[in-house]
Amino acid sequence: MTAAADTGAAERIAGLRLSRRRARIRLVAVMCGLVVAVLGLTLATGPTMTTPSELLRVLAGHYVPGAGFAVRELRLPRAVLSILTGMSFGLGGVIFQTLLRNPLASPDIIGISAGSSAAAVFAIVILGWSGPAVSVTAVIAGLGVALLIYLLAWRDGVSGTRLILVGIGLSAMLDSLIAYVLSRAPAWTLQDALRWLTGSVNGATLAEALPVLVSLTVFGGLLLARRGNLEAMRLGDDTAAALGVPLAVDKVLAVMAAVGLIAVATAVSGPVAFVAFLSGPVAGRIAGPGRAPLIPAALVGALLMLLGDYAGQHLLAGRYPVGVVTGALGAPYLIYLIVRSNRTGREP
Amino acid sequence: MTTVEATGVTLDRLRRSRRGRVVWLAVVVLTLACACLLSVGLGTRAVGWGDILAGMSGTTETMAQAVVAVRVPRTVLAVLAGGALGLAGAVMQGVTRNPLADPGILGVNAGAAMAVVIGMAWFGMQTLGAFLWTAILGAGIAACFVYAIGSLGRGGATPLKLALAGAATSIAAASFTMATVLPRNDIAGGVRSWQIGGIGGASFDAILPCLPFLAIGLVLCLLSARSLNLLALGDDAAAGLGARVAWARGAAALGAVLLCGATTAICGPIGFVGLVVPHACRLLVGVDHRWLLPFSALTGGILLIIADVIGRIVARPSEMDVGIVTAFVGAPVFIWIVRQRRVRDL
Repeated sequence: MTAAADTGAAERIAGLRLSRRRARIRLVAVMCGLVVAVLGLTLATGPTMTTPSELLRVLAGHYVPGAGFAVRELRLPRAVLSILTGMSFGLGGVIFQTLLRNPLASPDIIGISAGSSAAAVFAIVILGWSGPAVSVTAVIAGLGVALLIYLLAWRDGVSGTRLILVGIGLSAMLDSLIAYVLSRAPAWTLQDALRWLTGSVNGATLAEALPVLVSLTVFGGLLLARRGNLEAMRLGDDTAAALGVPLAVDKVLAVMAAVGLIAVATAVSGPVAFVAFLSGPVAGRIAGPGRAPLIPAALVGALLMLLGDYAGQHLLAGRYPVGVVTGALGAPYLIYLIVRSNRTGREP
Repeated sequence: MTTVEATGVTLDRLRRSRRGRVVWLAVVVLTLACACLLSVGLGTRAVGWGDILAGMSGTTETMAQAVVAVRVPRTVLAVLAGGALGLAGAVMQGVTRNPLADPGILGVNAGAAMAVVIGMAWFGMQTLGAFLWTAILGAGIAACFVYAIGSLGRGGATPLKLALAGAATSIAAASFTMATVLPRNDIAGGVRSWQIGGIGGASFDAILPCLPFLAIGLVLCLLSARSLNLLALGDDAAAGLGARVAWARGAAALGAVLLCGATTAICGPIGFVGLVVPHACRLLVGVDHRWLLPFSALTGGILLIIADVIGRIVARPSEMDVGIVTAFVGAPVFIWIVRQRRVRDL
């Protein structure tokens, strides 16, 4: 009789799992559809409108007078770069938030994005580098800053609160370094400075998007391949160790992959404010309880970047870089998180 | 008998520590004087004693004397701004009973900066007097907002909540400032030079209008030293000892906001002075606010002068903005404080 009850329960659980899995797949499909729809919108609209049939012909490689240049040279690189960097920010952010089990521990708050962009600015302005060398420098600096934060927050173990506060201090220092390097480069235009202060995809080219695509494939693939162990780590270090997860190796791998994602994207688009911070919690809200929403977070990041850039370009009076729009969205959300955690009495 | 002896011992200790405090006071004042001399003498062009004396008395015949004449108002401004920020930091830490309180971290400076930029962009403000009022208004609004959010709910205003509310407010204010400046090329130049200005372009004409605000803020802050001592015991104990808690808090906070707003209006946002200085002073003279507040003001002046001199020397022949130097001095101290405390306290 107990055996029968057990099989009944097991079947119910299996059924629940299946329906949850289906719901997740449906969610990802809907979000992919949304990304494609917004992509179509950003490609088709602008100062000159392009009809869908013209758009398809341009994308198929035909010559379309009047639309080919605007779509292929201006809008497409911009949109592609937005999607790729948005996915990188979203995935990297949600990994940090999951590993440290704190929505505030996203790389743009604890200073990892600031480290990458300080290194990138230094490499570009002072050393005169460009291309992949800048990306590599940004990744190394991001890893270095992550390690430094971890070491400085270490005191008989690392607590999330101390890590966040140390990160806030370090990022203030790195921000002032960025300001100094930018002030040393008076010939630079305001636009270039803004890229490193708030993040922007202005003047994007498809060649710039290549390193982001590579890092998204390599690091993102690595993270998705090890996601089972990531789930175990969410239960806490002790439980994960008891479940047989090689903690040290997997944690280091996950952090390195997340830093890589963030740093490469930052080297190209600058530290776009709050995309990494917002994507995880938003995706968690949409996907509901269960596994860490890695793929939904990446898609939310892509949507945020696309919509933020579109709003900054066309919806507001004047043209703003995407970082200004996402910053204006993200700060109220951060305040909301603090207020809400106050009401429930949990640590934010 | 034993009570008398015990009282004698306590009094003796008090007197000894008072003697120690007077010695420290002399040391700090001397250091401030030396720092002022350094600030007048050092820079891209080094000048001699004779030129310093001649330049102080107003002659600008040689190049060196003209240099001295430019550096004097700059030094005065550094003392005033540093003193105001150090004092404001000490008062904020006392009012919020929070070791991480600082006008930069709590978003007060960013609020003042946003208000000034809005005034430039939407109301066509040009004069320093107008900047002053808007900066103080912005600083006040930001301070109330951050404190209200940070102290909502259970546990009151913990350092983490205040720091996060301040960081969020700073980022929101910075985004809004950027969004206001970007479409207006006509004011972009003015805003940028004001933001990065630091204390480099000081003149006595610019300093004068701020003096009344600084003076009122200084008096309010120093007068609240005693009530800050009571507040440090906790609100209930302070009320039991006869302090009007809300009034004391409000007066002290108003003084701090006046100081921060006026400083931001002349120099642009300068961070971390208000955080570092009170902690250093607590090591010297203890936690009594009647001593801590004047010491914080003097030490703040010293820190800003030295940061300014370092900024001039390091990046010769150009200069490094004083706010950048203070961040590099201040952030390590911030991290040190965070490491010192147990997580429960935060």
